[in-house]
Amino acid sequence: MSQIFHPSTNTISRVSIYGAVFLVAGVLWMLQQVNRSAYVTQAYVAREQPVPFSHAHHVGDVGIDCRYCHTSVETSAYAGIPPTKTCMNCHAQLYSDSPTLEPVRESFRTGMPIVWTRVHDLPDFVYFDHSIHVNKGVACVTCHGRVDRMALTWQEASLQMEWCVNCHRHPENAIQPRDTIARLDWQPASDRAAEGLRLAREYNVRTRTDCSTCHR
Amino acid sequence: MSQTSGPDVPIAPNVPNVSDEAGRVDLQRLREELAGRQGRHYWRGLEELAATPEFQEQLAREFPSQASEWSDEVGRRRFLQLMGASLALAGLTACTRQPKETIAPFAADVPESSVPGRPLYYATAVTLRGLATGVLVETHEGRPTKIEGNPDHPASLGAADVFMQAAILGLYDPDRSRTVTYLGDIRPWSDLLGVLRDVMKAQEARKGAGVRILTGTVTSPTLAGLMRGLLAAYPEARWHQYEPAGRDNQYAGARLAFGEPVDSRYEIGKADVILSLDADFLSPGPGALRHIREFAARRRPSGREGNETPAGHAGHAGQAEAGMNRLYVLESMPTNTGARADHRMPVVSSDIERFARAVASRIGIDVAAPADLVERTGEQASWVAAIARDLREHAGRSLVLAGESQPPIVHALAHAMNDALGNVGATVWYIEPVAVEAVAVEPMAVEPIDQVSSLRALTGQMRAGKVDLLVMLDCNPVFTAPADLEFAEALQKVGLSVHLGDQFDETSALSHWHVPLAHELESWNDARAWDGTATILQPLIEPLYDGKTAHELVAALIDMAGRTSYELVREQWRKNAPAGQEFESWWRRALHDGLVAGSARPPRNVKLDRSWLSRPPSETRLVDTQPSKGLEIVFRTDAAVFDGRFANNGWLQELPRPITRLTWDNAALMAPATAESLGVVNEDLVDLRVGSRSLAAPVWIVPGHAKDSVTLHLGYGRRRSGRVGTGAGVDAYRLRTSDAPWFARGLEVARTGAKYPLSCTQIHHSMEGRHHVRVASLDEYRAHPGFAREMVEEPGRDMSLYPEHKYEGHAWGMAIDLGSCVGCNACVVGCQSENNIPVVGKEQVAIGREMHWIRVDRYFEGSLDNPGIHNQPLPCMQCENAPCEPVCPVGATVHSSEGLNDMVYNRCVGTRYCANNCPYKVRRFNFLLYQDWNTPSLRLLRNPEVTVRSRGVMEKCTYCVQRINRARIESQEQDREIRDGEILTACQQACPAQAIVFGDINDPDSRVSQLKADPRNYSLLADLNTRPRTTYLAAVRNPNPEIEEPR
Repeated sequence: MSQIFHPSTNTISRVSIYGAVFLVAGVLWMLQQVNRSAYVTQAYVAREQPVPFSHAHHVGDVGIDCRYCHTSVETSAYAGIPPTKTCMNCHAQLYSDSPTLEPVRESFRTGMPIVWTRVHDLPDFVYFDHSIHVNKGVACVTCHGRVDRMALTWQEASLQMEWCVNCHRHPENAIQPRDTIARLDWQPASDRAAEGLRLAREYNVRTRTDCSTCHR
Repeated sequence: MSQTSGPDVPIAPNVPNVSDEAGRVDLQRLREELAGRQGRHYWRGLEELAATPEFQEQLAREFPSQASEWSDEVGRRRFLQLMGASLALAGLTACTRQPKETIAPFAADVPESSVPGRPLYYATAVTLRGLATGVLVETHEGRPTKIEGNPDHPASLGAADVFMQAAILGLYDPDRSRTVTYLGDIRPWSDLLGVLRDVMKAQEARKGAGVRILTGTVTSPTLAGLMRGLLAAYPEARWHQYEPAGRDNQYAGARLAFGEPVDSRYEIGKADVILSLDADFLSPGPGALRHIREFAARRRPSGREGNETPAGHAGHAGQAEAGMNRLYVLESMPTNTGARADHRMPVVSSDIERFARAVASRIGIDVAAPADLVERTGEQASWVAAIARDLREHAGRSLVLAGESQPPIVHALAHAMNDALGNVGATVWYIEPVAVEAVAVEPMAVEPIDQVSSLRALTGQMRAGKVDLLVMLDCNPVFTAPADLEFAEALQKVGLSVHLGDQFDETSALSHWHVPLAHELESWNDARAWDGTATILQPLIEPLYDGKTAHELVAALIDMAGRTSYELVREQWRKNAPAGQEFESWWRRALHDGLVAGSARPPRNVKLDRSWLSRPPSETRLVDTQPSKGLEIVFRTDAAVFDGRFANNGWLQELPRPITRLTWDNAALMAPATAESLGVVNEDLVDLRVGSRSLAAPVWIVPGHAKDSVTLHLGYGRRRSGRVGTGAGVDAYRLRTSDAPWFARGLEVARTGAKYPLSCTQIHHSMEGRHHVRVASLDEYRAHPGFAREMVEEPGRDMSLYPEHKYEGHAWGMAIDLGSCVGCNACVVGCQSENNIPVVGKEQVAIGREMHWIRVDRYFEGSLDNPGIHNQPLPCMQCENAPCEPVCPVGATVHSSEGLNDMVYNRCVGTRYCANNCPYKVRRFNFLLYQDWNTPSLRLLRNPEVTVRSRGVMEKCTYCVQRINRARIESQEQDREIRDGEILTACQQACPAQAIVFGDINDPDSRVSQLKADPRNYSLLADLNTRPRTTYLAAVRNPNPEIEEPR
């Protein structure tokens, strides 16, 4: 009786058995990559806005402090989006007839808000608080990146739980002196981690990774 | 409901099966069975005692059989198809990208002191029957979300009852009326103003002889001022008042005793011995929150205070010295007050007067007693003697209270007893009536003072065609008026009727004009508390639906149309404000504090008139409720819908009623003995007949109810309310007449053979009979202070395979004092409001799916006919060895470093293993999408600090972790530790008895640690070694050894 299987079947079966393992691993790896990609997290995607507001201009060129507009960042969970009135503090005088700024003037005239597109949008079951982070020496730039180089603002971090937990496990990598939190170009003098550890002790930083810290 | 039969062997030990095959309870055998028992025995309901198949299944399965769902019209095959599709799609849903969201900041006018993300609190008040209770309202970005008590307000002291807290849902009720209508058609407000102007012009010549205003009880100085203006301009016009749960009897009793109507102020805390003659002073009513606080403080034998006294305070000895009080209650239907009594006697309402006379004569008052009195009270004669002796021995430190539903003579007798005992000035004193603006005849022309007579006079004139314009302000007389007045029919004969109300209700439907009422949280107003303290009510939000206030409508009658409530209220107080102060700063201070300082009524000296005492009972009884045959019917306001005004409030409808644990319905409540003699069982529909009026109502048997009496709660059976209230329960007003508003003899009950399903939670979430509530008498407690802990063997801390876990930093814990708890449900509504807990509806409650994170379990103790009644609030125990945690396959419930049993909604896949493994049955599962995601107004209601859960997710009490986190962040930002008492859980904050204390058990000085060190402290189901963080303080009773032999 002749051979049913050709000798190459051995090779084919070995390859397919091993291959299946690699294939499954590969698919899982790919899914992971997709899940972490900018496609899903929407990081590095500049958002269209009703008024093309440029942080690069206002922060980078003009040098306005973050807290001039985001007033409640040190006292509340929300950093706060400035009211139209804040824009008009300057734009009543500067570029007061620019057509680009017409939606701003219209909002000020009519009292109807400018409806901005959210850039940093956490899921509804996550409760993040700006004030405690800022008060413990986590700078704006740590999470939001160099907004002074962003024409239209994008999200710098993935905002995934993995990213949050990294810092909560090793806060020393994210802490800098409180008086520098709004400085985007701050550089640690020496070893960042050692400096961070010292500040974490000084500021009595107690990061928590309990679920109820953020989910409730 | 249950189609599968229970297990063959009864699960509860030592409970024989005394139900027949249809699950009907054999009461006679139960009674014998109970009589044969030794020692204390607690039971939750007749079903448990009888071990019916239904109860067995509840016990075994937590959630009863799903059979009903398999057999409904969707069908099993269709269900599997749908499930298949959703399973296939389930994996894909995780891959969606977040949709685009927007942010809309303010434009030009940023509200004062608002910081996005931080709540603001405003002081105002919520009224019930005209009486105000001070509240603080939490607002998030301009929308009110939660009502708490105002700690500075004398009627609240920081606590809040169920009605106050549920008012926030009333504000966002999607069924509120939204527009002015004329005969059902939408009309502009200006049309009505034009019509009113013409009518009033025509009335000018007749001095307003055809004008009638009908309101509830009014304490508002501004509204009274406007009415005064109206009556000055139209002297022949009349103002009538009617409150379905009025206090006529109380005022008539005071007039009988003192010759003038007065309000009583009770100092419950100073009374050592209290006798309640059908007075439910621990349920929502005038001053109730304060009564509960003072009463509860005297129920702690160790003298430890709940929230107030700091640890190690020198006052402890003094407190212990003051000792426990003793409460005697005579009542027909068991109430929360009766449940707290040391001695409670079921007495039919019409017999209370006999007891009052008997007690009064025993304490030396020369009161006429009928010949049959001794005979009728013969068997309880020793009781009466013991009560009288106890009262006499505590003269000056005792108190006698009469219930609002009791006839004037009982109130007068109570006044006479307090006078004879020297209690006046010590435990009770009198003030001018708070609703005086309405009661005074001159120059107000309110007519007459008695509200029922007032309404009777009004309907008489309406029927005679003498009323050209009837304006009804925030009342619903078509529904609530006594049946014999035929108000609806009389209303048809009125020339022009205008109704102002928050819903398009029964009265709106029969009136010409309907005007939507602005909610109290939307309008400027003023009102007085039960002690006279005035509060200026400020709006929290612009009216959602263009509602109008009573002030605006009355102003429109006197040519002041267009004046806003703000102007009217301010004008009134500009006149009333104390001289010599700058008005603007006074006004701001009054608004900020939530009360007008020094506006409480001073004590009033009254002299007891003794002439009526010797008159025989037949003369003093203003309403002859006597003989005739048949049973007694008793009408009571409901603990959830009150007089019907809260019928459309889902939170309240779903709240298990005190004692009965019924939801969504009222029922003909009767004693087991009465049910036996009538041959009826629970849920039998019976025909109630009083005279020519009849009503079909379901039966519910209440152990401890007086025999030969049937209690029916008012406010149900609304014909026109909203999607929640319409059709819930039966309308007791149809049996209620103006000459017997509270109780009447001559009730006949006939079986109809039909059944009416009721949703009762009394056997839901049962933990099997294992010493849940623990109670001892004062003597037992003194002999064995640690009796509660010793009842079960508690495994040692080393009884574990794993090394002991040390909790560094904070370790949150809670202590609940069962001795203080009065079972008022305030904690349940507080939790519901704080934690976005949905309402599930009657059918879902029936199958055990109510979502309350904290429940109040009610246990009976002892005999069927007069059992002891105990309440036990039960939130999540936050066990250190939590049985729910190891069984979760996805790690959705895990332990925090501070000992909280965290629930992570976004991980939960709905296996329900955790709920199955929880011995305390505190986990709640969203079987369906219970949250209303679509109604816009309800979205405004939600607390933004708590996730809104969706279908398929398990949830449970979190110890209000959002409040813990807020306090942690605040303290960390200020570089300090969290202070003891800084975090109040929602249940703790609402609790008027201060029975719930939360705090850090790692701090030995915290109040919760102090309470846990109390000898009364015990853990529930401690033998399971779950190590619950929530523990209980056993209740201690103070029985009179003359009545109850010491055990």
